[in-house]
Amino acid sequence: MKQPVASPVSTEERDCRKLSPRRRAYEVTMRSLLYLCAGITCALLLFLIGYILYRGLPGLSWEFLTSQESILKKTDGILPAIQNTIYVIIVTLIFIMPLGVGSAIYLTEYASNRKLVTAIEFATETLSGIPSILYALVGMLVFCQFLNLGKTLIAGAFTLVIMTLPTIIRTTQESLKTVPASYREGALGLGAGKWHMIRTIVLPSSIDGIVTGCILAIGRIVGESAVLMFTAGMSTAMQDFFGKGGLFKSSGATLTVALYVYAKERAKYDLAFSVAVVLLVITFGINLCAKVMGKRMKGNKGGEKK
Amino acid sequence: MEPQTKRRSTLKEMIELLMRVIFTVCGFIAIAFVLIITVYLIISGLPAIREIGLVDFLFGTRWASTDKTNPAYGILPFILTSIYGTAGAILIGVPIGFMAAVFLSKVAPPKVAAVIRPAVDLLAGIPSVVYGLVGMMVLVPWIKDTFDLKAGDSLLAAILVLAVMILPSIISVSETALKAVPKEYEEASLALGATPLETYFKVSVHAARSGIAASVVLGVGRAIGEAMAILMVAGNSPNMPGLFRSVKFLTTAIASEMSYSSVGSLQRNALYSIGLVLFLFIMFINVMLNLFLKKDKE
Repeated sequence: MKQPVASPVSTEERDCRKLSPRRRAYEVTMRSLLYLCAGITCALLLFLIGYILYRGLPGLSWEFLTSQESILKKTDGILPAIQNTIYVIIVTLIFIMPLGVGSAIYLTEYASNRKLVTAIEFATETLSGIPSILYALVGMLVFCQFLNLGKTLIAGAFTLVIMTLPTIIRTTQESLKTVPASYREGALGLGAGKWHMIRTIVLPSSIDGIVTGCILAIGRIVGESAVLMFTAGMSTAMQDFFGKGGLFKSSGATLTVALYVYAKERAKYDLAFSVAVVLLVITFGINLCAKVMGKRMKGNKGGEKK
Repeated sequence: MEPQTKRRSTLKEMIELLMRVIFTVCGFIAIAFVLIITVYLIISGLPAIREIGLVDFLFGTRWASTDKTNPAYGILPFILTSIYGTAGAILIGVPIGFMAAVFLSKVAPPKVAAVIRPAVDLLAGIPSVVYGLVGMMVLVPWIKDTFDLKAGDSLLAAILVLAVMILPSIISVSETALKAVPKEYEEASLALGATPLETYFKVSVHAARSGIAASVVLGVGRAIGEAMAILMVAGNSPNMPGLFRSVKFLTTAIASEMSYSSVGSLQRNALYSIGLVLFLFIMFINVMLNLFLKKDKE
């Protein structure tokens, strides 16, 4: 793959002199456009990261991460937002894991009707294309109003379950497909039932894919704001999770929502930038994890082929 | 002994059957969710449309939901703003993203590509509120100063933010499509005397065109559905779209009024109707996307 790209580059300049002026002009313009656009993309990212760090880092401290906002003590802290984010992630994962993995297992192991599989896959595609503001609307209608949960973190988590379902289904399905058919045939040939085969052979071999799906889902949950703003509330005060009905009735802002509240409603811009730094670090960590898992998956596949 | 093993095997069979049922239910959950969303949006979106009148709702140019004496619920400004905003973002984002994708997949030395690719992934992962925040603090004041306006919150700011936000998806989808072009095509073109760049633009891009089209459609979907980032930079007044005017998109119209409209009021129901209109837009785009991707697979 690299060879045809690498070798013409060295002969290119020789070639260039022989070209007609028109072709040479084409060559030069296109090349400079390519470098320009790639440069713009990189410059954008560098600027974004640099600016956020420049504005946000000064406000960042251990105290900022571990205390709550208090006018009396004159402290600014985002501990409540961090807690809320973790809470939403955990609740969403608890529900999405069995649903998403189960759905993927049905698609790859049980479903026999081709048309049905296409329909389910189309539904999954549709779900991943729906913008978050519509999830916010539906979440509000179904969970907050119809099921009478009110604006609570749990209603937000349920809405996120619908939203992250496609991510989990797709990654699990990909990794289930990489489990060699011979494994399944071997297990079934030894007399194992289908569920037994799935539990002992298929799931353990595709655990990497499931974990990758989880990481990607966490990424989406951390980055989501519109849904949580309308279903989980916007308060930045500390929640009493283990108090009376706390787990089901507490409502509050996650990191992204807190950022929005600080920036748009309270004009505490430096605080908002500090939250942005935290979000950037989390995003970076999630990307890194996903990449490492992806590499592991590829490595395993290669090993099995041998 | 015998009845016991028999019982055990029936128990096993029952577990097998139970798991089959559970997995089947899980399998249909995606369809159920899509149906729930569709049904809820239609049920809650229709009453306001019926009350306002479809034509007045879709083509009315005045939105004054909080005006007590003379309320008006025309969403044409929102629809046009969403279309103009998306078109603007595509006009800026697609050429840059496309060129960057060609660079990454064909021209860039492997080491450079290995640095840029994670950077693009990072760009894709940054939460939209962060884009909104930077847009609000950097772009908006810049627009205000450069064009000498009273306020920089404008359609232009929203277009620029959206352009940056759709860039990663355009780059990664186009890059995947470009990489999948069979090497033989390129080798044949090179052997015929075309320069590498001519080969990339006239052969590779041509071969990957449906994948690239898919990336554009994906970008359209992203741009039309984005709410939070542009809520922070677009100004949120229900004006007809103008590059330097404060505007509301379909998404931000919902987001900005949802928190203070009271349940059951016409204002809130009209917001659901806007959601329904947005949903129809998105479904149309999804179908287009599926068409392109299917073509690509063939």
